[in-house]
Amino acid sequence: MPISFDLTENARLAQQHFHRMALEQMRPISRKYDEQEHDLPREWVEWYWKHGRGSAPLRDGPGDGFVQVCIQAEELCWGDAGLYLRTPFAGLGGSAVAAAGTKEQKARFLSVFQGDGQPVWGAMAITEPQAGSDSAAIQTTAERDGDAWVLNGTKIFCTGGEGASSVEGGFVVVWATLDKSAGRAGIKAFVVPSGTPGMTLVGVEDKLGIRASDTATLRFEGCRIPQENLLGRAEVKKKSSKAGGDKGFKGAMATFDASRPIVAAMAVGVGRAALDFVHEELERQQIEVRYDAPPTRQTALERDVLEMEAELQAARLLTWRAAAMMNRGKPNSLEASMAKAKAGLAVTRITQKAVELLGPEGYSRKLLVEKWMRDAKINDIYEGTQQINQLIVARRILDYPSSMLR
Amino acid sequence: MIGFDPSDEQQLIVETVHHFAADEIRPLARECDEAAKLPESVLARAYELGLVANALPESCGGGEERSAVTGALVAEELAWGDLAIALAILSPGLVALPVAEFGSETQRDTVLPRFTSAHYTPASLALLEPGLAADPFHPQATAQRDGESYVLAGRKCLVPWQDGLGALLVFANEEGTPQGFLVPVDAAELSVEPSSLMGIRALPTAELALDGVRVPAENRLGGASGSDLRRILTEGRVALAACGVGVARAAFEVARDYAKEREVFGVKVAQKQAIAFKLADMAIEIDAARLLTWEAAWKLDQGEDALKAATLAYQQVRRVALEAADGAVQVFGGHGYIRDYLPEMHLRNARGFASFEALALV
Repeated sequence: MPISFDLTENARLAQQHFHRMALEQMRPISRKYDEQEHDLPREWVEWYWKHGRGSAPLRDGPGDGFVQVCIQAEELCWGDAGLYLRTPFAGLGGSAVAAAGTKEQKARFLSVFQGDGQPVWGAMAITEPQAGSDSAAIQTTAERDGDAWVLNGTKIFCTGGEGASSVEGGFVVVWATLDKSAGRAGIKAFVVPSGTPGMTLVGVEDKLGIRASDTATLRFEGCRIPQENLLGRAEVKKKSSKAGGDKGFKGAMATFDASRPIVAAMAVGVGRAALDFVHEELERQQIEVRYDAPPTRQTALERDVLEMEAELQAARLLTWRAAAMMNRGKPNSLEASMAKAKAGLAVTRITQKAVELLGPEGYSRKLLVEKWMRDAKINDIYEGTQQINQLIVARRILDYPSSMLR
Repeated sequence: MIGFDPSDEQQLIVETVHHFAADEIRPLARECDEAAKLPESVLARAYELGLVANALPESCGGGEERSAVTGALVAEELAWGDLAIALAILSPGLVALPVAEFGSETQRDTVLPRFTSAHYTPASLALLEPGLAADPFHPQATAQRDGESYVLAGRKCLVPWQDGLGALLVFANEEGTPQGFLVPVDAAELSVEPSSLMGIRALPTAELALDGVRVPAENRLGGASGSDLRRILTEGRVALAACGVGVARAAFEVARDYAKEREVFGVKVAQKQAIAFKLADMAIEIDAARLLTWEAAWKLDQGEDALKAATLAYQQVRRVALEAADGAVQVFGGHGYIRDYLPEMHLRNARGFASFEALALV
């Protein structure tokens, strides 16, 4: 699309719709589920399942595609990032199935999210105690046994993992290796339906922020799943993994190209919550922010606010650019990582600055600002830390394979 | 619909200007900086390419419909070549564009043809004033109405002052409002003190002292209706922001290429994360600054008040350009400090964006 910063009418309607949802359904219970960390936020989950799903008021005519998806994420995370992550969605696991699954697999695992039953969750389990950003170091194994796959290992930091592993209808997409000696090429993604024997919910983490979100540890001990739950092909192509054309690992990796802009948009939502509040508070106290003051007359507060606004908008535009590229099917892993790296850091700083600007009140749990600061930090960590995204960007701009820049 | 792709036509313009910048501007950048002299032949070539006239409305002898977005694309490429030469190439716009936008019919008829004639003609805008308290919206320079003329008094700095100026536009305070006045460059009460700057050395600049310069009342930009400095400044900030993106990108690319060549401890220096991450940061920040600049330009094209967007973009660019240039010097190590290489020049040029802040360049 030509250079334009005009949202379609559909995107604007979606923005208003999800903003209202965030304001009316999330904000009132935001503090409650920050405090009651491991309780299911029943109000939100049930309301969303009954009224929130597919409720966006779309008209005939064009929309903004993935940009619109980012807008939805921004608005709902403006509401509450923890609750957003606890929403009954297919989540990252669903994105992996959508990206790498067959038609049959998509129907089998995803249709329940459109169904009339109880709320369900999907999740993706990649991280292990000894393998975080270095996903090729995964130790969880998958072995063939007749017409089944048998999984053994431990997964941590699985967002949505409690709901996805224990509530009927949900599933966890588990990354496991068929052949440790093959490195990345040996890693495949497997769909483990909730309640599968051998998959145990060990516990959920106590976290700095996004406390409404269930971050699970899952153990797999002789966990048997049907052969047809593998995403992609079973064949391990050593060395030539790049030319393999296997939608499995690469497909699952490709979900990051799609998910990083969304995570960046989520980050922008949290940052905007804090910035909007700062503006409201300044207005209440009748403190004006001038955009045309010469540098020597600008107040420190004005300088901070301008900086926060520019950083937030910069993050949003990088995010939308990565999303707009997806609309046209253009490879966007560089731009997605740029957006994620910028947004994670920008909102970490913006929310920290918001607490500072609001003084003792900003530090008080009477307000949500301190919560947003805690919530924001995760965006600089999950879906690839700041540093991993810098590494990806660096490899791309230098045109280096991973072997040349480690 | 949200989009980030230049149109085919814009893409073609970008490619043309980029080739021009790479083939004709960049090779002369160092030599012009050292000699503090503009390359006349390059300016003439740029003029032939229509880089200035194209930005004027067709009705004023220009090429096509003016677009601030296209202007930003062109400015980035030119400044990527060299900032001082880019500013010289764009200088006719300092007067031509405000006159095209706000000028009275007479002003348009008399001033604009100078910039659409057969030869490149520079122009100048006197907006900035010396002193830490200077504020472009509240100039210290004054314009007093006296019968059928105005009398101008005050001081201006960072005024581009090339040979053969075709027009000079001076902003002064007229009863509390900033207004522009077309001032003859050879006015007797106007004294011109050439200045020597840290960067953009190839572009001649001057400090002006106006000691009761008398101009006819019809020289007031826009005649009786006057002009809108806010809009002129907004356009200026957008164009300058685009130049800043160009300088930042130039510094980044030079640093990246050097880091891929230079060996250290048996590997390329780019293979060290300390350097690779610095380059990654530059790339991310430059793209972010460019998108903010485009958004402000797009708002101008929509006829919206884009001052806030332009200011935010400019603030980012100012920081990003400096960080990229400083980063480039650092990546080059000791060589970055040596005038055989470009980074030290990028650093001197980039720091200027803090001082140019209110220099409207349209």
